[in-house]
Amino acid sequence: MKPAFELLPRNASDPEVTVTVDGTGYDMREGENLAAELLRLGMSVTRRTPVSGAPRGPFCMMGACYDCLVEIEGARLQACRIKVTADLRISSIGGETEGALP
Amino acid sequence: MSEDVDLAIIGAGPAGLAAAATAARAGLNVALLDEQSSAGGQIYRDIERAAAARGDILGKDYLGGLSLVADLDSPRIRHIRNATVWQIDRDGSLTYSVHGEARVLMAKRLLIASGALERPMPVVGWTLPGVMTAGAAQILLKQSGIVARDAVLIGSGPLLYLVAAQLCRVGKPPMAIVETQTFSDLLSAGRHLPGALVGWRYMVKGLGLLHEIRKAGVTRFRGASEIEIAGTQMVSGVRFRHGKRSHELACATVLLHHGVIPNTQIARSLDIEHAWDESQKCFVPKIDQWGRSDREDVFIAGDGAGIGGAVVAALRGRLAALEIGRDLTAMTEAERDEIASRLRAQLRREMAARPFIDTAYPPFDEAMSPKDPVIVCRCEEVTAGDIRGYSRLGCLGPNQAKAFGRSGMGPCQGRYCGTTVTQLLAEANGATPDETGYYKIRAPLKPVSLGEVAALHDPNSEDERNDRAH
Repeated sequence: MKPAFELLPRNASDPEVTVTVDGTGYDMREGENLAAELLRLGMSVTRRTPVSGAPRGPFCMMGACYDCLVEIEGARLQACRIKVTADLRISSIGGETEGALP
Repeated sequence: MSEDVDLAIIGAGPAGLAAAATAARAGLNVALLDEQSSAGGQIYRDIERAAAARGDILGKDYLGGLSLVADLDSPRIRHIRNATVWQIDRDGSLTYSVHGEARVLMAKRLLIASGALERPMPVVGWTLPGVMTAGAAQILLKQSGIVARDAVLIGSGPLLYLVAAQLCRVGKPPMAIVETQTFSDLLSAGRHLPGALVGWRYMVKGLGLLHEIRKAGVTRFRGASEIEIAGTQMVSGVRFRHGKRSHELACATVLLHHGVIPNTQIARSLDIEHAWDESQKCFVPKIDQWGRSDREDVFIAGDGAGIGGAVVAALRGRLAALEIGRDLTAMTEAERDEIASRLRAQLRREMAARPFIDTAYPPFDEAMSPKDPVIVCRCEEVTAGDIRGYSRLGCLGPNQAKAFGRSGMGPCQGRYCGTTVTQLLAEANGATPDETGYYKIRAPLKPVSLGEVAALHDPNSEDERNDRAH
């Protein structure tokens, strides 16, 4: 299925770097908003909730809802407040331990 | 570790930017703290970069923010980017973190310009990935040049039309706009029409957006009800009733919007008094005509003081800065009033269309009192039925509700459930929102790590940080 979001044609040649998401490398635009790039690449699920294991993804894009939390170097951070840099490594939260997080 | 300024402003949106410029011109030293890496707030998000890249799509109003950002160029203004303010103390000290490092600043006066949040719109399925706020879609476009394909827009209000029109401009018109306002809302708004004509620019703008949407052939369902978003792992579609017919649309993106409400977290953490505004259906802080709160040294301006939009926010920011300037003897009362009278005349014109817009596009009833199975608190997955159940057990207010079932205790700290929980409890208990109250907000205002807190009190932290940096 095609991703639900797409880039404006005029931004198609923005320079990219490789970001690792759950062990797989993806080309993302350098300096861009991480949550936006995840959506563009079709990764709309960024975490599962600690209560029921329900899937969640970016909702407000302004740092208020905390639904876009991802894990970066052991810290849980809002993807909508992270800029893409080379060699960024992120993992989605609750992927392997669905519904079992505290 | 700490430094002193005359005025600390939280938020670099229109109110904060205008206030900073006005205060600096009066001779005050200003610290402007903002969570984003560039000035503009949400409405003028990333404006310096985006104006050049996408100004044609975003429109003339958006470009209006450029001059506000240009005014930041003053030696008296320190723009502190990527700053999350998480604690404010009575002595005027303000604790914030930049990239995980905590710092402290002392200010003689504080101006809260933290803007608005989307009004929570709890309907079945609103927590599914693929459901976002209309504001989020705007941010994606402004900041990142990313647009939703075949989105369904749900709700009411001018922002919904603006987002739809912008999607049309980039050749990705939404699949449909499912509008919740009714014909009778429009009729009752009619009585505000004469007043609204003073603010005719807003009306003309609205009609222009509707024209763009019609030209692109977007279907509008007005007066829709029984709205549900379908999906298991993510959004698969939308179901709703329109007139006598039920509709089902398949889609991967749903954008919700039925108005914005003041973000009152910071003011509430300072125990500033708030009151329920029945016309805008939200809590607003109690302030005087300069934006001064019941705490003498704390001012509030912009949408965080009551919804008025970007132009109004800038005007209120300037008014607050003038009074702060007088208060700190940087200008005389006469100097303050000379500028203020011009600003107030402009403010009246800018506010003229507001009653019409608020009445014609009210919040969606079903989302103001959601059915029992609907999740209200997204973080802790507490439903409307849970909240009503707490009421039957004697729960009178939102703070008790926390103890009953953790609503408002997740990472968003009640930002996307607080108003709904107040309304549900008020309804269930036959009380007013004012009697029901709101969550007590405590520091830290946003989640911080223990390391950030500990570093503040560690005399060696400066060295430690340097070690880590090298």
